[in-house]
Amino acid sequence: MDFSLTDEQRMLQDTVERLVQDQYGFEQRRGYMQEKGGFSRDMWNQIAELGLLGVPFPEEIGGFGGGAIETMLVMEAFGKGLVLEPYVASVVTSGQLIADAGSDAQKEAILEPLVGGELVLAFAHGEPDSRYSNTQVATRAERSGAGYTITGHKAVVLHGDSADKFVISARTSGDTMDADGLSLFLVDADAKGVSIQGYPTIDGLHAAEVKLNGVQVSEDALIGQEGKAADLIELTQDRGAMAVCAEAVGAMGVACDLTLDYLKQRKQFGMPIGAFQSVQHRMVEMRMELEQARSATLKAAAKLDSGDPVERRRAVSIAKHQVGIGGRFVSEQSIQLHGGIGMTEEYYLAHFAKRIAMIDNQFGDADAHLDRFSAQMDVPKTA
Amino acid sequence: MDINFTPEEEAFRQEVRSFLKEKLPREMSDKVLNHKHLTKDDLVNWQKILYEKGWAAPGWPKKHGGPGWTPVQKSIFEEETARAGAPPLLPFGLAMVAPVIMNFGSEEQKERFLPPILSADAWWCQGYSEPGAGSDLASLKTRAEREGDHYIVNGQKTWTTLGQHADWIFCLVRTNQEVKKQEGISFLLIDMNTPGISVRPIQLLDGGHEVNEVFFDNVKVPAENLVGEENKGWTYAKFLLGHERSGIAGIGRGKMELTRLKEIASKEQKNGRPLIDDPSFRARIARIEMDLDALEMTDLRVTAAVQQGQAPGPEASMLKIKGTEIRQEIYHRVREAVGPYALPFQPEALDGQTDDAVAPDYALSAAPTYFNNRKLTIFGGSNEIQKNIVAKMILGL
Repeated sequence: MDFSLTDEQRMLQDTVERLVQDQYGFEQRRGYMQEKGGFSRDMWNQIAELGLLGVPFPEEIGGFGGGAIETMLVMEAFGKGLVLEPYVASVVTSGQLIADAGSDAQKEAILEPLVGGELVLAFAHGEPDSRYSNTQVATRAERSGAGYTITGHKAVVLHGDSADKFVISARTSGDTMDADGLSLFLVDADAKGVSIQGYPTIDGLHAAEVKLNGVQVSEDALIGQEGKAADLIELTQDRGAMAVCAEAVGAMGVACDLTLDYLKQRKQFGMPIGAFQSVQHRMVEMRMELEQARSATLKAAAKLDSGDPVERRRAVSIAKHQVGIGGRFVSEQSIQLHGGIGMTEEYYLAHFAKRIAMIDNQFGDADAHLDRFSAQMDVPKTA
Repeated sequence: MDINFTPEEEAFRQEVRSFLKEKLPREMSDKVLNHKHLTKDDLVNWQKILYEKGWAAPGWPKKHGGPGWTPVQKSIFEEETARAGAPPLLPFGLAMVAPVIMNFGSEEQKERFLPPILSADAWWCQGYSEPGAGSDLASLKTRAEREGDHYIVNGQKTWTTLGQHADWIFCLVRTNQEVKKQEGISFLLIDMNTPGISVRPIQLLDGGHEVNEVFFDNVKVPAENLVGEENKGWTYAKFLLGHERSGIAGIGRGKMELTRLKEIASKEQKNGRPLIDDPSFRARIARIEMDLDALEMTDLRVTAAVQQGQAPGPEASMLKIKGTEIRQEIYHRVREAVGPYALPFQPEALDGQTDDAVAPDYALSAAPTYFNNRKLTIFGGSNEIQKNIVAKMILGL
């Protein structure tokens, strides 16, 4: 057991933290938000130049050859600056999915430009009625000629308004609720029949409703095996979940630090409000939730790397549940302990509080992960 | 970064498991796993079994007869013994007075007191709390006045756990009334057979007798039983707080109790089906398991930091708070799981002294265990005091 980072990991962490520290101040971030798609193309290019878009990919294609622990380190550092760029959409979910299951031709066409920052992907899986299900898919892909015709509605696609291509889940057989019969396709954002309605999210990011109306794709748009995508979708969602957990840990750390500083500075009744015991205990509880979230996320990353799907599901659900519950606590209490100033748009605490809370609404909320964990929980045999 | 145990650590875990399989008497683990009352003999005999193996004092260095384990080994040992249903090792001698004697005692004191603590031939209890000194321990009033070669001790201690069996008590006593309250306290070792000491049982809300009041009426204590310097006792008491707090999260015990909760919920029925298949009850169990799993990682992070030479310090307070909250939640859910049969109160059945039990042991022990374990968030520094410690030591508030 060794919780220390390797030299490479420490260098990676330093690189991202320095980037965030130097170039992701509150005012700088506000500027980036005004750009097209709600993030900065310059920043994206810098992230690419630092090699960060290649973190989970093999070295042959210009990647860093890292695993989930490395992704965790990047995302935690991003969380400290509430980084807006489409890292989870493009690299963590869609990109790794292509690297795992794409054909040689797909990998060649996608990965190098993705790592270089020229190509942005988005993972379009959720639908208006599917909530956080990994397998409930109403979008259909019908065989037609030498390819498929895809029709359906993909909901709240993270960075869907900036993507050049989508990785889309669609049903090639079976009924909406079936786990079998799911397939994945690469679809160009500008393909005929694709309509994209982009919008900002309350936590400063962007997403889109993506509608596919009889979109024609060729046979080689299929990723992996037809009808067998359920496991890959779940793995991808788990990667996304762990990544936003790590982002939450970074953001929760900042929210705790900002709040603690405030408790020491703000005076009422002639003393710092941090001198009051009810306030002190709340602050301690926030720190405890942060440490629990950090522990659970670390384990989720390690279990993603282990390759064991049972252990992975267990650990990811524990982490996402902890971040859902503990994140809500830190978010709400950081606002509460700041009082009125915590409610304002102009002070940056609120932006952390918003992102931390809204992470619960992505990649499965606390209840969804409690359900998954509960369903596969070990129960000892009794006589 | 590697969250797995090393092959050596895994081998050690196997060694502990084989030992427990061979040497832990079934009647002892049955009592522990079913929350029946352990006798003094059970506790002493189990420590003697460990003593034979050289494992009686997991936290002791080799030079005093301990196994000289690493923090990770200690953590593995604690988890495995707890999960197997081994009786607890009482902390008062092994983990409380012994480290103080090792660090601040004279050579004579080390030679005289440490060997019988290790071999379970001397039973120690703790004389800290008083009726007027609980969380504000330093306001204690029991006084020791020097008369020639002796101290004369007068006063009262309370909440003295298992003091009814004790041969010795280590006491914080006031030796100077004139100075700041922390600066007039001394650390005194007192033979429980000394004339003037009387022990009165305190019956607790579960019907059990595990704590006592101890009265001192002109008790004559040889001056050689003073540990370290006079009026430095508070420093030694604080040293204990920063020392030997491994296992404070109670991960092994938590896992054992969680498994037991699942077993009970599998036996109990709701709507004609096992209770554990009821979605809402099952989710409550799942929630506990998730919290415990995250706490285990936090505990391992702290343990790994200690292994690398960092002091555990105030982080241990967080482990205590979460660990005790989780344990209390488990005991509450067990009480819930057994339904109306949590009500019958048949303590004699838990001592194995009656044949007319109206419900299984796990049901009869559910409510007493639940009430008894309200103590977890009170003793060893209440959880509110733990939060004060974190606020001050970690957050600088």
